[in-house]
Amino acid sequence: MNEFLPNFLPQLTQQLINGLSLGSIYALIAIGYTMVYGIIGMINFAHGEIYMIGAYVGVVTLTALGAASGTLPLTLVLAGALVAAIVVTAAYGWTVERVAYRPLRGGPRLVPLISAIGMSIFLQNYVQLGQGARDVSVPPLLPGNLFSVEIGGFPVSLSVTRALIIGVTVVLMIALTLYIGRSRMGRACRACSEDMGMARLLGIDTDRVISFTFVLGAALAAVGGVLIGLSIGKINPFIGFVVGVKAFTAAVLGGIGSIPGAMLGGVLLGLTETFASAFLPTEYKDVVAFSLLVLVLLFRPTGLLGKPDIEKV
Amino acid sequence: MSAGAASAASPARSAPLLTVEGLQMRFGGLLAVDGIGFEVGRGEIFAIIGPNGAGKTTVFNCVSGFYRPSGGSIRLDGSEIAGRPGHRIARAGVVRTFQNIRLFRKMTAVENLLVAQHNQLDTSWLSGLLALPRFRRAEREGLARAAFWLEQVGLRAHANFEAGNLSYGQQRRLEIARCMITRPRLLLLDEPAAGLNPQETRELDQLIRRLRDEHEVSVLLIEHDMSLVMEISDRILVMEYGRPIGAGTPAEVRANPRVIKAYLGEE
Amino acid sequence: MAVQEPSPRTAATTTTATTADSTLPLKDAGLAAVLTGVLTLPLLGNHLIIDGTKTTLVTNYVPVLIAMALVFVVRLLRGPLDRALAAIPRPRLPAALGERQGLWLAALVLAALVFPFVAARGAIDVLTFALTYVLLGLGLNIVVGFAGLLDLGYVAFYAVGAYTYALLSQYFGLSFWLCLPLGGLLAALFGVLLGFPVLRLRGDYLAIVTLGFGEIIRLVLNNWDSLTHGPDGINGIDRPTLFGLTFTKRAPEGHTTFFDFLGIPFDSQYAVIFLYLIALALVLFTLFVINRLIRMPVGRAWEALREDEIACRSLGLNPTLVKLSAFALGAFFAGLAGCFYAARLGAITPESFTFIESAVVLAIVVLGGMGSQLGVILAALALTLLPELAREFSEYRMLVFGLVMVLMMIWRPQGLLPASRPRLELPQ
Repeated sequence: MNEFLPNFLPQLTQQLINGLSLGSIYALIAIGYTMVYGIIGMINFAHGEIYMIGAYVGVVTLTALGAASGTLPLTLVLAGALVAAIVVTAAYGWTVERVAYRPLRGGPRLVPLISAIGMSIFLQNYVQLGQGARDVSVPPLLPGNLFSVEIGGFPVSLSVTRALIIGVTVVLMIALTLYIGRSRMGRACRACSEDMGMARLLGIDTDRVISFTFVLGAALAAVGGVLIGLSIGKINPFIGFVVGVKAFTAAVLGGIGSIPGAMLGGVLLGLTETFASAFLPTEYKDVVAFSLLVLVLLFRPTGLLGKPDIEKV
Repeated sequence: MSAGAASAASPARSAPLLTVEGLQMRFGGLLAVDGIGFEVGRGEIFAIIGPNGAGKTTVFNCVSGFYRPSGGSIRLDGSEIAGRPGHRIARAGVVRTFQNIRLFRKMTAVENLLVAQHNQLDTSWLSGLLALPRFRRAEREGLARAAFWLEQVGLRAHANFEAGNLSYGQQRRLEIARCMITRPRLLLLDEPAAGLNPQETRELDQLIRRLRDEHEVSVLLIEHDMSLVMEISDRILVMEYGRPIGAGTPAEVRANPRVIKAYLGEE
Repeated sequence: MAVQEPSPRTAATTTTATTADSTLPLKDAGLAAVLTGVLTLPLLGNHLIIDGTKTTLVTNYVPVLIAMALVFVVRLLRGPLDRALAAIPRPRLPAALGERQGLWLAALVLAALVFPFVAARGAIDVLTFALTYVLLGLGLNIVVGFAGLLDLGYVAFYAVGAYTYALLSQYFGLSFWLCLPLGGLLAALFGVLLGFPVLRLRGDYLAIVTLGFGEIIRLVLNNWDSLTHGPDGINGIDRPTLFGLTFTKRAPEGHTTFFDFLGIPFDSQYAVIFLYLIALALVLFTLFVINRLIRMPVGRAWEALREDEIACRSLGLNPTLVKLSAFALGAFFAGLAGCFYAARLGAITPESFTFIESAVVLAIVVLGGMGSQLGVILAALALTLLPELAREFSEYRMLVFGLVMVLMMIWRPQGLLPASRPRLELPQ
């Protein structure tokens, strides 16, 4: 016990930090799933690829701005990469909805889902054609730790990138909550997720609201993509699939359709995964996430904060 | 259970087929059905009426197993069925129609009737795969029963039409035939006359009586068409805001001041 | 909610009609081209090149300009193109071809039987490969097409079949012909175990859960080193024998070769033909079973369930059981296909069973027409043979698959050859 405790506490703290930053990424992506599902009731299967595209656009911009050479100030380079990633990825979100989902609205449920799967495969292979299938390394822009302490001989550190991930996510989540709660568009979104038909009757341009959710979801996913690139240091065209499924898991865990739920689910999934990989072989960390998905859908499909949906007879 | 009138006196003859007591259904904070009780006797036609939103269909959904009631009991022939899954209740002999007709629209009329006989046909894979004689015989008998019921509801000539292409009145009759072919003990009809013209409503009236008289089925129906309800019901339960406000024979219900107030509004 | 399920096709045409009317076509096309530029510039116009530890950018605007021009022209000619697409014969195939579908199938089978004896070795090999996908397509068609359940983890059952044979033959020396039914049954058992809790979920949740399950199976195969040899997979799996006769040059102990038995010289062509015939037999067996099933109560129940689950329940059908039967049966055929796959290649690794495989099989079903057997067969042949014939385009294979799925959903969600179910007729 005496030996165990001093080691346990610092490890716990470290895992908490790691899990929180990983969970932040999941939360950013999960918002896109949950908003789209809340409003048009479809799983945007291509959302994971949108995140991957965000990561690529970020790295391309970083490289174009000469991140490695250091000619421009670091903040400017980072801001440039984030803005470029957000703009281009949001454009992808908008286009994907326009091209692959809008023509299918009102049809049987599985039709847009199959279209989304097709879109996901298409985007993954499109990026692969443009950028190759191999890992692309991201210049280490923010090396070092924000702080690093030793607790009982065991180091605990918060790296700058992790701090950035958590910080940016917290700021974005607060901004999003305020926006959805206060703005006209936010109100329109909430109205549409309550009752699309009624919202339309009240004069809300539902097509615009739907486009908006895709754009917003893509923008947040893009931020997640850029941040993960910085944090892990390499990206490839296949990162979207697994992270996409996991972010969807986060959305379901929190209660699909609920924005606070997506945030909560993301953080919980991140923590679960980091803690699980502390005890299990790392290869099984994906198994943990997928199993969690299966279990939540089976035993609590409404998630933690979701509303139960009553079958209409 | 303030309204004692709700548990209307049971028919003297024999034990009732369906007994509902203190039925309660809660959706979140909303109490959609509260303290409903009634009995349907064998061979009886029993109607539930009430204004829109009174909770009539919710009662149906509880009886037919689509909702798990929040409280109360539903007994069929003495055994509790409340909360059992819908398909089990259907197999026990309680079969329903739907307000917004739920036929298999892309299947033909006769195919609709064959699906309904699923539990009576030979569903063994082996005999089906090898088309054994007993499989072929079961299918033949199924077709014959389908033909009989199509005849009964006047759709024999439309046997091979897609259900979705039938007229509204024909679809209603096909839905009833689809119920009857499962050999139910209790037939639940959810607004069977909705959308029918007067001629079709008269035919429906006769059909329901014939089902009761010739096929030994009890009928529980929800209906807004008062002339139909008063004409064919043995007894009636009136609901408002999820609660019973009156019950009895058509004459008694017509004379009940609370019912009159509910239907005509406050004076 | 939409009761009448308006066809997506009409929805598409109305939206295009309004946009085309309300904006100038030239402006519209111009905007679309600019958008394309924004979309493609970072990803197609700039290539990240890794040079040692440094990452550099190589700029090449040609693909961007091509994409912009393409979008511009397509948008500009949208009206005529739409009309042309609409004019592409979309015959009511059930009427035109449906009655003769049996005839077509018979002709196809005859051609398939003669084929290996006249074709080159490479061609037979490719067609054997394609037949595996026909088998998978027909199996998934039961689940997606007939029962309307979107299974995105279908490849898991394929993997179960393949590993069943690989492991049983490796550890216990069991023969292919014994393992074939075992692999199918084990896959079906997995289907039941997974399906029982999962099948009461709504359609899209079901899709995601099956996807998760498929990934779990693959990850377990990849990491359970002591049993499956992890990512290295299993090598040296025995090839099928004909009543104990092997198709090798020299027989292993206790065996005779096919060639010694007949007293003919060794010719590896026979091994290829034999595998081809096994694949063909499996496909024919599957076709037979499916064609019986759709004439049985369970087949009708699948269709009824696809149309209205609530009505089914109200008539005493147990939806979970009906779905489970389709799910398990689909898994069974995937298991057979997996067994055959392991036997044909003689080596398997978990990498053969990724989500992409599930997606390819789904693309086959979607392209062919959900519920349509002839359609699925032709689509499986097309989607596996075309990339083989045009090797130089093989890197575009998945790109095209994805595109096909999207376009088919928009243009013709019922598939190229929509299903024509045998109707049960009551004589008048």
